[in-house]
Amino acid sequence: MIRSLIYSLTFHSVMILLTVLSLPFMLREPVDLPPIVSVELIQISDKTMIPYAPKARKIIEDQKKKEEEKRVVSEQAPPSAKAKEKPDRIPLPNKKEEEKKIIKKKQNPEEIKPQIRQSSEFEKKEVVDTNQIAALIDKAKEIEATEKKDSNKITQSNKKNSFATGLTLSEEDALRAQIFGCWSVPLGLPYDQNLLVRVKLQLKKDGTILKSEILDHERMNRPGQKFYKVLAESALRAVRMCQPLKVPPTGYDKWKDLQLNFNPEEMLKG
Amino acid sequence: MKKIIYILLINIFFVNSLSALIEVDITRGNLDPLPIAISPLHVDIKSEKYKDLNVKDLGDKISEIIEKNFRNTGLFNPLKKDAFVQKPDIAHLKPRFEDWRLIKAQALVTGKLLISGEKLKVEFRLWDLAAAQEMTALAFTTTPSNWRRVAHIISDKIYERLTGEEGYFDTRIIYVAESGPKTQRIKKLAIMDQDGFNTKYLTLGNELVLTPRFNPTNQMVTYMSYFRNMPRVYLLDIETGSQEVVGNFPGMTFAPRFSPDGKKIIMSFAKDGNSDIFTMDLETRLVERITEHSSIDTSPSFSPDGKFIAFNSDRSGLQQIYVMRSDGSNVKRITFGKGIYGTPVWSPRGDLIAFTKMHKGKFFIGVMRVDGTGERLLTENYYQEAPSWSPNGRVLVFYRETKSGTKGEGFSAKLWSIDITGYNERRLLTKTDASDPSWSSLLSK
Repeated sequence: MIRSLIYSLTFHSVMILLTVLSLPFMLREPVDLPPIVSVELIQISDKTMIPYAPKARKIIEDQKKKEEEKRVVSEQAPPSAKAKEKPDRIPLPNKKEEEKKIIKKKQNPEEIKPQIRQSSEFEKKEVVDTNQIAALIDKAKEIEATEKKDSNKITQSNKKNSFATGLTLSEEDALRAQIFGCWSVPLGLPYDQNLLVRVKLQLKKDGTILKSEILDHERMNRPGQKFYKVLAESALRAVRMCQPLKVPPTGYDKWKDLQLNFNPEEMLKG
Repeated sequence: MKKIIYILLINIFFVNSLSALIEVDITRGNLDPLPIAISPLHVDIKSEKYKDLNVKDLGDKISEIIEKNFRNTGLFNPLKKDAFVQKPDIAHLKPRFEDWRLIKAQALVTGKLLISGEKLKVEFRLWDLAAAQEMTALAFTTTPSNWRRVAHIISDKIYERLTGEEGYFDTRIIYVAESGPKTQRIKKLAIMDQDGFNTKYLTLGNELVLTPRFNPTNQMVTYMSYFRNMPRVYLLDIETGSQEVVGNFPGMTFAPRFSPDGKKIIMSFAKDGNSDIFTMDLETRLVERITEHSSIDTSPSFSPDGKFIAFNSDRSGLQQIYVMRSDGSNVKRITFGKGIYGTPVWSPRGDLIAFTKMHKGKFFIGVMRVDGTGERLLTENYYQEAPSWSPNGRVLVFYRETKSGTKGEGFSAKLWSIDITGYNERRLLTKTDASDPSWSSLLSK
């Protein structure tokens, strides 16, 4: 009886100890308060509702349109210098003087009667244009807010972070927004492959990078995975271009090791 | 008891390690073309004169070609040279990375060249400016007159290193050069570098020519022309200029293409209003019938592994695209969309088929998966057709004709290219009007 009581007591005390050690909220550390920032509130609606705003908007829209047009169709620049050359003519063995009428049935759908009047489900508007890229980006944001389908992949980390008491949502958003701007996503990646690149960073207090490492680096040298190497390099370039990273002024111990999961899949698929 | 303690300790360690690392997901990025600085190549002062080549300017010219190739991809943004911060020779030894980063470049190309003993030696380095390290470095030796090709080969190597896929710059395009009024068009076979330079004419233009196609080694071309007033498939050796009519068919043959191994030609043979698909072995001259149907079967194109053939047929009433095994069995219709489909061409990657579609009086160039799903129309116009793939399966070249008046005024035919994403539509510069383009494979492979 006493023996089992001792066992029970030992087991329970171990469990309590374990809980105290492993669950962060049991640690009685002083609350890490962010520094107080004074905010001045200014009423700006009077200033922004200026009468010439519609005109300004029109100018801005025109400008945007012009830029958009420039981006979509850009003519090939004329060659800087044309090499002078004589055409190398190779005579045909069977020269004929008269022009022959040609039957171009196979590749000339022009000749097909124009009575077809169905509506196409593949109209031009379905082809992706630059406006859709903006839509894609917005969509990507929406998707972020929704649940992730694939539980195998390491994805949205908000849940983990709230548990780990790492970065607040706004701190995480600031960091994410900063890296979005630095990351030139390689275009032409395959759509049907796993494109997740995990980068582990060791940071200094000022947000500069002490060490960066691709977690699946052995995949970079696998045959048929050249695109992965390119993607991983682009991720590394992004963090290097971005440094110093926008990290919180306090709580260095929590964010000195940081993992960034780069995944352009949603962007590419739309 | 010990076991329990061990398990508990492992548990403590595991739980703690899990909660330690903060993870942030980056699911968005910048889709703008990658800013790249292409420094002029440094010309070694020991360089000797070579014929009428302006050796001094050669470094600038090579870097200009690389720059133009990259700009045309739509994937890169070559930065203006005015902003460059280092001299080419010093940058080639070791760039001051922080200075190049200031002009927002992410990659830098440097190089130098030397002409000595009638040989041109060119070396280049590609630098990752963010990582402050070299990504790749290569040197080429060739005859100085080959300098344009060297520029294209360097472009291919850089493209491959930065995108993970093969380049397509050291390639040629064969096409039909057109001149004269619409009603009396003179059509010649012409070949040029993919950037529009080095145009050469392969036929005189006294016969109409259509649908030229390269063989896999780029030495032979098959096309359609006339023999004794009958459209027939020809074979032309580009190096020697020798030509022959393919096979001894008692009717017209057209729409030829090589098999992926280059040993066979697949084409249509038409007699009495019916056309079927045949192959001819170029070595044994054996002819094999592939389709047997009362409809018009034409425009055959092999899959890159040679196991399947895509073609178009009007067996269901309207012209649609079908896929079958290379022996003609297992014919399956793959297009069911509204409109008329033609000129299927299998991508060199094997994952897509490009096609021309006509619907409501408009012509579209599009791509779809090989089972007919995922159709995407890339470009729409008054009249355009005959897509042909770049060797890496990323870009399509095709031709477009303009609307003309009753007497043919205002008519023109030009070559255009478009990325398979539907972006970056560009006109290819040709000396004359042009149609029926066909892209070669990489010359330096």
